[in-house]
Amino acid sequence: MVERGKRVGLFVTCLVDLIRPSVGFAAAKLLEDAGCTVDVPLQSCCGQPAFNSGDRQTTRAIAEQVIDAFEGYDYVVAPSGSCTGMLKVHYPELFEGDPNWRARADAFSAKCYELVSFLVDVLRVERVSAHFPGNVTYHDSCSGLRELEVHAQPRRLLGTVQGLTLTEMKDADVCCGFGGTFCVKYPDISNAIVTKKAANVAATGAQTLLAGDLGCLMNMAGKLQREGKAVDVRHVAEVLAGMTSEPPIGGPARGDNL
Amino acid sequence: MEEPHEMSARDTIFASIRAALGVNGHEAPRKKIVADRIAGHPAGVVPQRGNIPPKERLALFVKMLEGAAGTVQAVASADEVPGAVGAFLRRHNLPLAIRRGGDEKLSSVPWSNEPSLEVSIGPSDGKQLASVSHAFAGVAETGTLVMTASPDNPTTLNFLPDNHVVVLDARDIRGDFETAIANLREKYGEGALPRVVNMITGPSRSADIEQTLILGAHGPRRLHVIVVGEP
Amino acid sequence: MTGASTSPQFKDNARKALADVNLQTALKVVEVNFIARRQEVADRLPEFEALRDSARDIKNHTLAHLDLYLDAYEQRVTAQGGKVHYAVDADEACRIALEICRKLDARTVTKGKSMIGEEIGINAFLEANGITPVETDLGEYIIQIRNELPSHIIAPAVHLTKAQVEADFRRVHTHLPADRNMVEPETMLAEARAVLREKFLAADVGITGANFLIAETGSSIIVTNEGNGDLTQTLPKAHIVLASIEKLVPTLEDSAQMLRVLARSATGQEMSVYTTISTGPRRMQDLDGPGEYHVIILDNGRSAMLGGQFREMLRCIRCGACMNHCPVYHAVGGHAYGWVYPGPMGAVLTPSLIGLDKAGNLPNASTFCGRCEEVCPVRIPLPKLMRHWREREFERHLSPATVRAGLRFWSFFARRPRLYSFVTEIAARALTFFGHSRGRFGWLPLAGGWTKHREFPSPQGRTFQSQWKNRTR
Repeated sequence: MVERGKRVGLFVTCLVDLIRPSVGFAAAKLLEDAGCTVDVPLQSCCGQPAFNSGDRQTTRAIAEQVIDAFEGYDYVVAPSGSCTGMLKVHYPELFEGDPNWRARADAFSAKCYELVSFLVDVLRVERVSAHFPGNVTYHDSCSGLRELEVHAQPRRLLGTVQGLTLTEMKDADVCCGFGGTFCVKYPDISNAIVTKKAANVAATGAQTLLAGDLGCLMNMAGKLQREGKAVDVRHVAEVLAGMTSEPPIGGPARGDNL
Repeated sequence: MEEPHEMSARDTIFASIRAALGVNGHEAPRKKIVADRIAGHPAGVVPQRGNIPPKERLALFVKMLEGAAGTVQAVASADEVPGAVGAFLRRHNLPLAIRRGGDEKLSSVPWSNEPSLEVSIGPSDGKQLASVSHAFAGVAETGTLVMTASPDNPTTLNFLPDNHVVVLDARDIRGDFETAIANLREKYGEGALPRVVNMITGPSRSADIEQTLILGAHGPRRLHVIVVGEP
Repeated sequence: MTGASTSPQFKDNARKALADVNLQTALKVVEVNFIARRQEVADRLPEFEALRDSARDIKNHTLAHLDLYLDAYEQRVTAQGGKVHYAVDADEACRIALEICRKLDARTVTKGKSMIGEEIGINAFLEANGITPVETDLGEYIIQIRNELPSHIIAPAVHLTKAQVEADFRRVHTHLPADRNMVEPETMLAEARAVLREKFLAADVGITGANFLIAETGSSIIVTNEGNGDLTQTLPKAHIVLASIEKLVPTLEDSAQMLRVLARSATGQEMSVYTTISTGPRRMQDLDGPGEYHVIILDNGRSAMLGGQFREMLRCIRCGACMNHCPVYHAVGGHAYGWVYPGPMGAVLTPSLIGLDKAGNLPNASTFCGRCEEVCPVRIPLPKLMRHWREREFERHLSPATVRAGLRFWSFFARRPRLYSFVTEIAARALTFFGHSRGRFGWLPLAGGWTKHREFPSPQGRTFQSQWKNRTR
């Protein structure tokens, strides 16, 4: 079932919006290359910070906004497993017992997809035309993996990137220690977890670390850099879209970008 | 001194449970559901691993028990049991003495076939090095022995001596636990069991010191099963 | 009384744990062994996933009819000559146990591993009343002589290295030659076996927990690998079973369903070495067995859980799989949680039993990675339940004021996308101005929690949304 020519509402995610727009542009390119029309309605956040802090009221208010803004599209796609998990899995929970909103949330949820899973599972994209020579390794972000079963799809598409080899790290599917507010509420525990992750990444010998969630990527990049490990960190969408002219996450500006 | 209106702990707990569930405990449909389930004891998901012909089932039983560090040998008939017990004791440099239960299946074994073997009957007081019991059944699914406590099969024989020998009839090896449970019901009646049913899968072990697995924690260091006859 | 907790000091506990070299060495073993073994044994059983569903359903069914199953259970126990006692709380349970011991003039009591025993603080209570309890599970024995709580519900001494255990044995087993060789774990085990064998034989009363209670037959089940639970219950004059109300299952077949997922989830075994079904005291014709069989049924807050948001937690069968797979547990071990129950199941259960005000840190110290729920044999949605605790905390204003203020500040903007976009655009430009040439920040105001251990990346000049608006089509 090939769904071409569909209107996609791109949920860029608050981290991409603020810290790394290039991920958003890469996502848009991948979707447009696959035949979709991409629109970016006004948005702020999926509401996870409030949700995971126990503030259900704020979360609901944000969810209503998001559903309002996005439910008119054929699909809602986000370059993030955790944000997609929020929209797809948790929004309906928020409206339990509310007959009107619950139905809308269910309908909305059915349209929500993580970016790479959308490309492979819905649009049936089988290859990308990008070049990215070098050895990469891939981290499976928890929500994408466990809530949305994103695992084979990024590896499948990375396998079609010219010049790219993928070396799996030990414990690729183990948490990186980000956990949203967890990393700042329990910084020492988060540090212990990300230290293990950084060691596993470095042990692969890969030059580049990829994943599908910017929060995880910022966390891992920040640790790798603090430890002086020479590993570039990017969002998988950037590599798949062939848009890697921007410095990697936390990387210094190149002379010609000033 | 008890006030007449004071609730016992039992009353308090039951009231609390019922309040939480929103029931009063007299509802007929609920009572029927519970009575039916206990009487009907549905089986649930039964692994098919042991659902194989008798010879293969025996082989599976042996494989699983050996995987749990038990040892198993087959003999053709009860006549060979004393010799097998004697050989086991000699193999491990143990005195030729065993304590056994009064189980008829053990009493009918011709112990005189192994004349130098000292056989005493009764429970263990911790001073015996080797015991012999007869199993109620074996379960091939996991290589487990089902031992039922009785005057003929005192529980202490399963735990106190360092070396435990269990005689098992090949025809008593079941594919799964559900079959063994049905057998228990046949023998002891609905809703009834002997004082203790020990399901034993190998010799005693511990991994509590740096996760290193060692045999012979508090129970027997060795478990040796003698399977008698054809399955 | 319910044992005192250090859960309010979770952050301090965690800090100490992270710096504890012995603990970190010992925890590596947890990460490697438990996870691999569980996966192997699960892969070997095609029906494993279906059994998890079955186990969940059995527990749900039993909980929905708990009053009736409890009643049926009690009747069967009584018919077999056993006695059921009810205890609303820890104090009551301890008093009942003491009374049973006193009636028998008990001096020493052997104990099989019991988490309920830890929960009610039975050892300290018995000691205070002149009775000596001796733990017989090797791991529990080791922590008893160290005067510690267990750090794991299946492997209580998992936080210790062999060297530490050796030092403790030398310190306590003073009847043995001080310079004896204890290099091999086998020698330590043999030593413990000899010491404890004497205690088994001398004990007046044996106390065990119960993995399950069976309504159909009035039985209790214990599962061990050592055989200590069996010696504990068989040799003394009386056997006391400590069990909480949710241990019930309806029938023998139901217990088989549960046992199949328990051993596999806990230790990666197909079956524990000793699975024992006990039904009442010794029968008239029996040659061994306890003269008395008592079951103390404990509530201690569980019936309250039945009617609320945390009901699913009552399905827990105490297998430990959740903590075996938890990245936070791997980092800080079990003692950091400060009470009897560590890891994800501890994070959900502890606030119910000792109060959210004391245990609030526990459900907060999670990344919600979801591995616990993934491996729970009875499919408890642990992250969701932890989130419910965070909701309670928020409603009751228990979270720190700074956190609430930060959240309020953020919420104000997040609920107003237009304003949010405006503000984030300013932030993007400002941060980029300062950060773009180096590409990152080693320090940022208000972001100390992050920059303490990590670099923070520079944004890319403008927000995505503002750039998208200007995109030429």
